[in-house]
Amino acid sequence: MGNFSQLVYLVPLFPLIGFLINGLFWKRMPKSMGGIIGCVAILASFIISLGIFFEVKNPAFQVEPKVLFDFIKSGDFYIPFAFQVDALSSLFLLIITGIGFLIHVYSTSYMHHDEGMVKYFAYLNLFVFFMLLLVLGANYVVMFIGWEGVGLCSYLLIGFWFKNRDYTNAGKKAFIMNRIGDLGFLVGMLLIIFNFHTLSYHEFFDKLHNSQTIVPTSTYNWIAICLFIGAMGKSAQVPLYTWLPDAMAGPTPVSALIHAATMVTAGIYMIVRSNALYDLAPMALDLVATIGLITALLAATIALYQNDIKKVLAYSTVSQLGFMFLALGVGAYTTGVFHVMTHAFFKALLFLGAGSVIHAMGGEQDITRMGGLRKKLPVTYFTFLIGVLAISGFPFTSGFVSKDEILMAVYEHNKLYFYLAAFAAVLTAIYMFRLFMLVFMGGFRGTQEQEHHLHESPSAITIPLIILAVLSLVGGFVQLPHLFGGHDYLNEFLAGAKIPAYVHEDASTAMKEMTLFGGTVLGLLIIFIATRKLFAVKQFDGNYTGFRKVLANKWYVDELYDAVFVRPIEALSNFLDKFAEKKGIDGVVNGVGKTVKWGGDRLRLLQSGQVGFYIFIMVLGIVVLFTLSFFWIK
Amino acid sequence: MVLLFLILIPLITGIMSFAVKGDGAKALALISSILTLGVSAYVSGSNYTAPITYNHDWIPILGTQLSFVADGMSSMLCLLTGIVVMVVMISNVNKEVESPGAFYGFLLLSQAGLMGVFLAYDALVFYVFWELALIPVYFLCSRWGGEKRIQVTFKFFIYTFVGSLMMLAGLIYLSMQTQGLSSYSWPDIVRAGASLPPATQQWLFWLIFIAFAIKMPIFPFHTWQPDTYEQSPTPVTIILSALMVKMGLYAVIRWLLPVVPAGVAYWSDTIVVLSVIGIIYASCIAIVQTDMKRLVAYSSIAHMGLMCAVAFSHSNIGMHGVMVQMFNHGITITGMWLIISMVENRWGTRDMTKLGGMATSAPNMAIAFVIISLASVALPLTNGFIGEFMLFNGLFLGTESNHITMMVIAGLGIILGAVYTLNMIQKTAYGATVKMTIAKDLSANEFISVAIIIILIIFLGVYPKPLLDLTSGIAGMIVK
Repeated sequence: MGNFSQLVYLVPLFPLIGFLINGLFWKRMPKSMGGIIGCVAILASFIISLGIFFEVKNPAFQVEPKVLFDFIKSGDFYIPFAFQVDALSSLFLLIITGIGFLIHVYSTSYMHHDEGMVKYFAYLNLFVFFMLLLVLGANYVVMFIGWEGVGLCSYLLIGFWFKNRDYTNAGKKAFIMNRIGDLGFLVGMLLIIFNFHTLSYHEFFDKLHNSQTIVPTSTYNWIAICLFIGAMGKSAQVPLYTWLPDAMAGPTPVSALIHAATMVTAGIYMIVRSNALYDLAPMALDLVATIGLITALLAATIALYQNDIKKVLAYSTVSQLGFMFLALGVGAYTTGVFHVMTHAFFKALLFLGAGSVIHAMGGEQDITRMGGLRKKLPVTYFTFLIGVLAISGFPFTSGFVSKDEILMAVYEHNKLYFYLAAFAAVLTAIYMFRLFMLVFMGGFRGTQEQEHHLHESPSAITIPLIILAVLSLVGGFVQLPHLFGGHDYLNEFLAGAKIPAYVHEDASTAMKEMTLFGGTVLGLLIIFIATRKLFAVKQFDGNYTGFRKVLANKWYVDELYDAVFVRPIEALSNFLDKFAEKKGIDGVVNGVGKTVKWGGDRLRLLQSGQVGFYIFIMVLGIVVLFTLSFFWIK
Repeated sequence: MVLLFLILIPLITGIMSFAVKGDGAKALALISSILTLGVSAYVSGSNYTAPITYNHDWIPILGTQLSFVADGMSSMLCLLTGIVVMVVMISNVNKEVESPGAFYGFLLLSQAGLMGVFLAYDALVFYVFWELALIPVYFLCSRWGGEKRIQVTFKFFIYTFVGSLMMLAGLIYLSMQTQGLSSYSWPDIVRAGASLPPATQQWLFWLIFIAFAIKMPIFPFHTWQPDTYEQSPTPVTIILSALMVKMGLYAVIRWLLPVVPAGVAYWSDTIVVLSVIGIIYASCIAIVQTDMKRLVAYSSIAHMGLMCAVAFSHSNIGMHGVMVQMFNHGITITGMWLIISMVENRWGTRDMTKLGGMATSAPNMAIAFVIISLASVALPLTNGFIGEFMLFNGLFLGTESNHITMMVIAGLGIILGAVYTLNMIQKTAYGATVKMTIAKDLSANEFISVAIIIILIIFLGVYPKPLLDLTSGIAGMIVK
């Protein structure tokens, strides 16, 4: 065995170098060269990540943080820039660099006509760099660096076509909403420092196991909730989810990589990483489960009536992330990670497929103007179908295995939550099949010119689709239930990072699993027939009325936030600027100034040359000012 | 002796400059600033072993001595002064000003004053240099400023003059309380102040603090600042915002906290509350500004509010963070003003509603602007993050009442900060270019000045150890 884990610093270093080359020489770099540099950098990271993965798989592997250099040191307050390789981080390394590489390759074709292609690859490499820091950090500060760094890249890439005002608005919204979450993360970190005097994972978790008597449960709950607020922002959970659908303004491969497969799962990574904390914070866990469930349901209902292909997938992502948090909330940490993995496969596949469709349609994203594309785009059609089956939970696809595991875990925990989650899963299948039928089946509803130009995408696009389709099909086998002759390999692997699995197999399990299995098959059959009848059509009206209009308008949450937060803050700012500042404080100061001048003028007439009077009145003025401000504060 | 050079180089070249005409003044100023930076770098470098000191008799009858000490905090601020003034001079190479001899002369005199303030170890010397730093600014602002310069300089003058006078009264009072003959030396002043009864310290606190509060400025003593920043020529705005506001904070740490400890203990909560109100207040106002200079001016009030709050929260890491952030804020805001002045030079306006499309017409400038803005919102791996993270730690772990609430309210500032900073980027750098004529990207000297700032932003953001080490000893000493 080689010593790949000693070379872990290379994993983020390659994308950083790729970023620097493309970023510094973006003006002179030929487009194709920029693409090659971007891809090679990620491929190199992927190879090392593979080596690390196999090393970590070895039971003899020892987890130890590697300090690269001192980051912040002040007295006994010490935060090193340190990495930690264990099962959890190595799995995320594979997802990030593996899927990242496929999406980079895809982008070389997708972004080929864009004048900013080299800049695009620079940003994309920078994103991978920060994402790798996020999962490799050995303490919360390094995680936070990656955390805000990926947010920055997300901001830059959402507003990549910066001439469009709406796009830059979307980027800004994403950044600011994430900042709200980040404040929660920051307060969480400060609470940890306050109570445990460390931010290193292993020291913190060791202290958690030893100090239960000293720190009250409420403190654990507060820390866990604050960290979870951070996760709400990054992973688009209620109430901080509205930035993600807007983030679809970015290029489609970006949506696949950042807003589906990797960055938005950072919140799940954070909670799984902190599982020792969350196990001591039952209230926080309940909150995680509830928020996850609400998000899963809310986003699924909205996805039912969206007409933009990327918006459907965006709400679907929000909903699936909700499922993951639901799993974490019932203590099924490995299940959450498992769904992160399978979701990365099929959602990246679906987004890239959508990109291929948009590409073929000449930039069209409205599914009411598509239809019948299966003949013209056979590879896209077939791989997209696999993605739809996987996310809908068709038996033995990756999505089936992971979603079943979530539902089983929830069933043990809370029956009501189970039924609601199952309902959300049904909605998932409905909106996905609706999307599929509207795009690929029925008759073409676009313009003749669009129809004329329809063509299958080049191999740089189709090959990643095929690889992801295969992964979406077989990815579930790492954790197939024993009932179907499988084994929980993933749980065993993650046990190396001290992540507890949710063990639910007993005598009654087989019965429940068979019921779930049968229900899924039957349900999908009904949904298939129904959506085929409704949406595989020649004519389709995408205008909704009544309650469906409420859903199509996303429950008017954006409008609500605008009325409750944005406009009041603007009004307050205007009040402070126009009134408090100019009339209030400045008015007092100018008044004092004028009084001094006036008084000076008058006094000069009486006793010219007496400087003392000026000073006296100035001091008097200050006392007045001070007294005023003093009473204002109290 | 080497400390004297820090003051004498800008002082002598500054006086000489008045006699020089045309480009000669520019060259003289540039050379002088490079020399001064070299000396301040040397002073900072030697600081790792022992602080450098200088003593000489001055006016014995008043009990005052020409006494200078360069400990970690002083040398860090001298280094900042050296860097900022040099960057200003470099960025000004391709600019023409009226009567350059006087212009650069005043700038250099102000630099000499700043160096003296940061090094003074004697209260009277401190006061003299404080005024020396300020007086050239009045002239610079009233002669080279914008349209409303007279009115604005008057306001600025009233504010600072009142503050200075009260401070002088406080310092004289303190020197009269020293043991034996009256003395102004720092240790004697500290001993005298600390032994005063708490009730005396409580009013003495305000007598001294008002001057510093105006200088930083903290809410509600700030209204001179946006006007003055807006009306001053850019080099002066940079000196004011990058260096002079630090003068206020430095003075709090050196000449207030240890001098009247009982007064500080009594008023700390009030100052923290005022500062935190100032963060939110200034951030909100920044959101609705359309003039880039006014926006950055209010953002600076918010940033200084955080530093001031932490300076009064008595925590070790917080005080260390204040030191680090003084440096970082000085670097970042210098970059900010450089870009704004380039925008104004090229497109003739700072009104954001009339700007847009910089990323297309001047991409290098836009990239620099984005990086500097990110440092301003304290994104990790920029210098701003290190300081802000330590500051929030300081506020959170501090001794002020409701410290957690205070931190969370102050933390709202990072959200509002993102709002107004990203707004500014969106309105100026992004968007279609229709409203802007095609303009030249960065010229060579502009490129160098901005590159220095950006290298510092990223280097100190990734590897802040040199800066932390330079100031670690002194932070520990102030908070016992």
